[in-house]
Parts: sequence; C-alpha cells; structure tokens
Amino acid sequence: MPIALGLEGSANKLGVGIIFHPPSTPPSPHDSAHSDDEVPKSQSKPSASSQVQILCNLRHTFVSPPGTGFLPKDTAAHHRRWVVRLVKQAIKQSKIQIEDIDCICFTQGPGMGAPLSAVAIAARMLSQLWDKPLVGVNHCVGHIEMGRTITGADNPVVLYVSGGNTQVIAYSAQRYRIFGEALDIAVGNCLDRFARVINISNDPAPGYNIEQLAKKGGDVLLDLPYAVKGMDVSFSGILARAEEMARRLHAGRKGEQDLWKEGDKVIGEEDLCFTLQETLYAMLVEITERAMAHVGARQVLIVGGVGCNERLQQMMGMMAADRGGSVFATDERFCIDNGIMIAHAGLLQHSMGFRTKLEESSCTQRFRTDEVLINWRD
Amino acid sequence: MSPDSGTPYLPAPFTTSPTPLTLITRGAEAALYKTTFLTPHQPCALKIRPPKPWRHPTLDARLTRQRILAEARALVKCGREGVRVPQVLGMSWEEGWVALEWIAGRTVKDVIWGWRAEGAEKGDAWLRGLLGKVGRAVGLLHSIGVVHGDLTSSNMIVEEQGSTAGEGEIVLIDFGLATQAVQEEDRAVDLYVLERAFGSTHPREEALFGVVLEAYAGSYKGAKATLKRLEDVRMRGRKKSMIG
Repeated sequence: MPIALGLEGSANKLGVGIIFHPPSTPPSPHDSAHSDDEVPKSQSKPSASSQVQILCNLRHTFVSPPGTGFLPKDTAAHHRRWVVRLVKQAIKQSKIQIEDIDCICFTQGPGMGAPLSAVAIAARMLSQLWDKPLVGVNHCVGHIEMGRTITGADNPVVLYVSGGNTQVIAYSAQRYRIFGEALDIAVGNCLDRFARVINISNDPAPGYNIEQLAKKGGDVLLDLPYAVKGMDVSFSGILARAEEMARRLHAGRKGEQDLWKEGDKVIGEEDLCFTLQETLYAMLVEITERAMAHVGARQVLIVGGVGCNERLQQMMGMMAADRGGSVFATDERFCIDNGIMIAHAGLLQHSMGFRTKLEESSCTQRFRTDEVLINWRD
Repeated sequence: MSPDSGTPYLPAPFTTSPTPLTLITRGAEAALYKTTFLTPHQPCALKIRPPKPWRHPTLDARLTRQRILAEARALVKCGREGVRVPQVLGMSWEEGWVALEWIAGRTVKDVIWGWRAEGAEKGDAWLRGLLGKVGRAVGLLHSIGVVHGDLTSSNMIVEEQGSTAGEGEIVLIDFGLATQAVQEEDRAVDLYVLERAFGSTHPREEALFGVVLEAYAGSYKGAKATLKRLEDVRMRGRKKSMIG
C-alpha cells in the first residue's frame, strides 16, 4: 500500500504528515496516452488526483515573542524537542502499522540550515530504525503538488509566496520553471520584519495579524515604492520605507515631532498595514498576470504561507476572472508549511523509483524549484 | 486573450470613433487596437491601459500615469534624436491611453519566419543584411540613453517601402518597459534579453545572432564596452541561487 510519512522543518513549523495514495490510479507512462483521447484533462494527471487520503497532518509552530524573529538555533531546538512526540502521535492517529509505510520523506531544502538538519536527522533515524527508504523533497515542489491535488487545478501558473520564497512558476517539459521571482527578500520576510517594527504578535503568524489590522485601515493609501521589473519584484526598498513610516508614527506619538496626519486623519498602524498589503499584493498580482499572458494560462494557484491572505486571494481572483479564468487557493492546513505536502510529493517521487541514499541525504539551504525532475507529470 | 471578458474598456474619445477599433493584441498591461486618430485618414495604433479594479484606485491611477508618461517620454526622446519609432499622436494619463503612429510593415519575427518558410531562397546574405539593421537600430537607441526593456523580434517592425516587403528600415515598437538609463549594465541586460528571446523564437537562425552584435559593435562609441559587459551578464544569467 503506497503510504508515506513526511517530515517538514525548513522554517519555524515542524510538520508530520501521513498520506495514502490509493493504488487504483498508478502513475504510469500510459496516463499521458489517455489524455490524448476525450478524457477530461483533470483525469489525465497521474496519482496527483484528489483521491489521495490524508491520514493525518500534524504541526507544531515555534512562536517567538513580539518584536523578535525565530533564530535558527532556537528553531532547531524546538524541532528536536517535538519531532519524536509528533511522529508517535501521527502513527497513532493514522491507525497504521509501521510495516505499512513505504518511505520516509523529508524536506531537503530550501530553508534555514539548522532546522532543516534537525529534521533530516530525525528522518535518517526513522529510515534506519524501520528499514524504510528515504526520499528527499524540494519544499517548493511539495507546496505546488499539494496545492494542485487539493484544489484540482490542472495546469496553473503558480504563485509561491512565503517567508522565504516569492516565485511565479509554470510547468513546462518536466520542470517547474521560474518565470519571475523576488530579487532580494521574500514577500513574507518583508511582512514578518514589518510586524517586528510595529511590535505586533507573532501568534499565530505575523502576516495574519497584519491582515487583521489592515482591515481597520482603508481610509488612506500612503506612498510606498512599487518595484516590478518585468516578471521580477523587489521588496527591500519597500520595507525600508515602511520602517521609516513606523518610526515617524512612534515619534509623533511620543511628542518628539508633530502627530502624523493626512488631512484630518491621524495615521495609525492600521493605515501602514493597509498600505503595505495593497502595495505588495498589487505587485504579486501584476507579475502573475504577466506570466499568465506569457504562457497563455487561465488558472492561478497560490501556495505558501502568504497565500492564506484573503486580500491577496481576492485581488488575484478579480484579475483571473478578468482574463476569463479562476484562482485556486488552499486554507491554512496546506498553505502553511506542513508535513503532508512533503509526504505527498515524496510519494510521487517514490512511485517513479526515486530514492535518496543515506550518504546523499544532507540538506541544502539553496535548492531551486527548477532543479527537480517532475517525471510524474506529462 | 480573453474572449469571455465581455465588452472591452474604451476611453472617451474612442467610444464614438468613426473607424471601428480592431483588437491587435491584449497583453498583461494593455490592449492594442488599430483605429484612426482625429481624422479618418490618420491610421493609429491605440494602446489602452484599462483600469485594474483589484488595485487600490490611488495606486492604479499612479501606476497608469507613471507608465504612460515613461513610454511617451522615451518615444518622444527617440523621435527627437533621430531613432525611428512610432510618433506619439495623443495621450491621456487619466484615461490611460496613448495613440501612436501606425507603422505599416511586418515584424522581424514574421519576416524571418517567412524567409525560412520560403526555403531560405533569398540566401544567408539577405538575412545577414536584415540582422545587421537590427543591430544598428538597437545601437542607435542605446547611444541616446534609452533602454527598451523588452527587445524581441516581435517588437521590431520592418517598415514597408513601396512593394518590397522586408527591405525597409527597422522601427522599434512597444516601449512599455523602456527606461532612460545610461548604465552599461542596463544596456547589456537589454541585449541579453534580445539574445535569449531570439534564440527561443528562431532556434535555426540562432547561430546568426552574432551578426546583430557585430553591427551593434560598430554603431556607437560605448558599444564595445557594453558587449564586454554582456559576457558577464551571460555568465550570471538571471538566475540567482535560492535562499530559504
């Protein structure tokens, strides 16, 4: 029975997931032949169909105090502390025997070095203890494959937005090709760091709290830089400017300078959050639209932690509708880093005969999405 | 691009245009129509940037204004300095349109594809002649401090002269991503974009791309330095190593 255990720990979430791919749709080269017939396109996908069964999807998040970010050392310690407990609980909850598991999948990169290594050690340990093959998974490919499966999006342009990554991706000839990306910091990093400056909580996530604050704003849109270059974007200048605005706000409150007003409106954190969101997401929608026009696609799939944001989903939905298409997004169970997506992508790789040898199982902070051979798709 | 999106957005003067608007292409940013401007005898290419309702109206207006102005300024500068580009006939940044001189002719892409379809019977020398003109046109553009930003063989038109198609001068079009830049790096990246686009659009003619660069090299004073920089850009590509 194709069952995989997936371990994810590239950032501050530790995820353990167990997935089952029913054997009725084995991924085989014949699948591509069927798609030439009159079979609807959604059925031409190999086992990346919605028939997968999620046996369990557990997550534990390391939350740092307001005003601070998560440091690699502390995050790795968190993962070490929780991984055994989470794996035990996952096996119990899935009601499976250890013999049922076909492979141990783990995030091999990209991500933060120390947390990645901590989880890779756990994966190697389980692999040797239970005598199961290891499958190293690219974190971004995990997000994309899980998103496609959950939403049923067949061949979308993918916007992958998280704390570490900002990419516009489209599939072509067995690779997920990167059409556009952030040239400096990721969009989620920009949001996280801004949340630190205005000292808001990291629980459940800084981006979520910015979104809630932004809902209270909306009367004024302040002036932030807008940096789109073709299909690429740049966020560091925006962050610097937003930080400057936050300082002006605080100085005004403390009476060190005049209270910041636009007309009669006294500017507050909610206006900064609103402005930041509107600007960042307009940029993301713009590069996605460019990529759609370029490859002639009508579907958009948003994955990654920032993909939970409802305003981003709304803007993207309007853009896609304008082009006669639609947007696909998942909720926080799959958008935010999780173990199930690693298990899912790993099991697809495993079904094509891919194995990661123990001596090749070291992880890497730099692992581009287009390095992975996607041989389970046509 | 989007046949199901209903009636296209048209700004004020063109809703009552005596000449019907023919949609030529719809990109991500703008839609391009063929129509006439002011008199029925003045054919024009009308580039409309429809409002994007998902963007905040303040931001949308700011971006439309910036981009229309940047494009028009680059075109006007080219016209003034003797680079053959479409003339700006009229524009409105509030409404989001710019009317440009209609250039009759075929794109370099179509001309090369046609040359190949005819079995290359006009010969290599003929194609070399065309590519040389492309190189000189880009060189002239760079010499006045304008970087196109999106050079491809479909963004160049071989202007019709009498009946001999494919023999006229090169006219560069679509300055939507143009910047006025004097940096060697920007010019080198401009050439790199063209090189990559040419390779993927005309794989069988790719070996002849050197002719473009040779012609470019002799077209202005700083060209050699730009070509040297191009070698660095090629080495690095657009690819950056991915962190986290």
